[in-house]
Amino acid sequence: MSPTVVVDARGLRCPLPVIRLAAAARDAAPGALLTVLATDPAAEHDVPAWARMRGHAVVGSEHDEAAGTWSLTVEVSGQAPAA
Amino acid sequence: MARRAFEQALDDGWADPRRLSTEGRRARALLDGARESLAGAVGARTEEVHVAPSHTAALHAAVLGVAAGRRRAGTRAVVSAVERAAVLHAGEHAGLDVERVPVHRTGAVDTEAFAAALDDGPTALAALQHANGEVGTLQPTGAAHAATTARGVPLIVDAGASAGHVDVGAAWDVLALDPRDWGSVPGAGVLVVRRGVRWRPVAPEDEDRFFPGGPSVLAAFAAAASLEAVLADRAEEDRRRRALVDLVRTCVAAEVPDVEVVGDPDDRLPHVVTFSCLYVDGEALVTELDRAGFAVGSGSACTSSSLEPSHVLAAMGVLTHGNVRIGLDRETTRDDVERFLAVLPGAVARVRSFLGAQAL
Repeated sequence: MSPTVVVDARGLRCPLPVIRLAAAARDAAPGALLTVLATDPAAEHDVPAWARMRGHAVVGSEHDEAAGTWSLTVEVSGQAPAA
Repeated sequence: MARRAFEQALDDGWADPRRLSTEGRRARALLDGARESLAGAVGARTEEVHVAPSHTAALHAAVLGVAAGRRRAGTRAVVSAVERAAVLHAGEHAGLDVERVPVHRTGAVDTEAFAAALDDGPTALAALQHANGEVGTLQPTGAAHAATTARGVPLIVDAGASAGHVDVGAAWDVLALDPRDWGSVPGAGVLVVRRGVRWRPVAPEDEDRFFPGGPSVLAAFAAAASLEAVLADRAEEDRRRRALVDLVRTCVAAEVPDVEVVGDPDDRLPHVVTFSCLYVDGEALVTELDRAGFAVGSGSACTSSSLEPSHVLAAMGVLTHGNVRIGLDRETTRDDVERFLAVLPGAVARVRSFLGAQAL
């Protein structure tokens, strides 16, 4: 299993965390794990919605309330993204 | 129409309807006529209809009054996760444990989960909107009302987004309507409380137990007159606007890349259409469209004063960013819609290029 790539999108407003994550996913091999760190609360909803639209799978979701950050991990799909 | 009714009512409705003077009696007659007309429109008795100062005030009075009347019956409120903020906040304000029942991806509440939640503990009240105004999805109020009736729990139905556009039906115990949504003047909301529902005033004693101080007779009359007018050609307007909504749903999905049209495709309001675009900042898109002459709404966080994303879109599990909500009013023509559809793909592409979000 490949090591997890971390996309640090803390301090960025929606939809930038999803855009950074999508850019990382475009360059990643199928099956790669990507973790995005975000402080915008919309990321908690938008990362899973993006993953569903693109056929990726959300495999982890954590919220650190003290730090105000969300950490979401997706597994990049083996298929070409649906248009 | 509402404006004309309002102006006409100025002659007879400026006096205090509580006074026994000739002018006061005239105002009283105008108000009673408005309540009778509103009652007829929703299949209620005149004495069950109360005119509020606003839709928000009507929803607050519905939740707080039923919670007070059923204090001994329960301390919980069972509501859908996509109710209007006024309902959710009023439940918390009343000291109830507000259980938010999940919705499907379409925005419709899960009826089995709704019924099951009623059995989780003593329940003072349940609330389910007739339709969701953000995404247009109609809610299964019939099934919800059957479940609440079987358990003796009153169901509050917020028909603020649907009254005047579709039939609100009879599956409710307490009903709230928003005259502004059918094009009336500001200053009135409508609360209907079926006889037999335990409702207790939460404000100090007043002649008007529901809305102390009484309503604006002018706004009440305008609300009733404009509702009669929109109901007169509702079927025709329904057909016309539904066709335009279908056009928007089809064209947006076909011509804008990476877009999700949200809300139920069939069980829906005739005039609301909503979609979310990936990699788009909702505020920038609303501004772009405004520049092109189109006033649209958005549930994206960056467009709200609270900077919180729409709880409706979040509960549905759809994108909260890049969201656009279009409400087609009676003046919107096919030509307007076609012009909008012509500028939309370019507007979305421009916002994406500002954000460096191409070829993702």
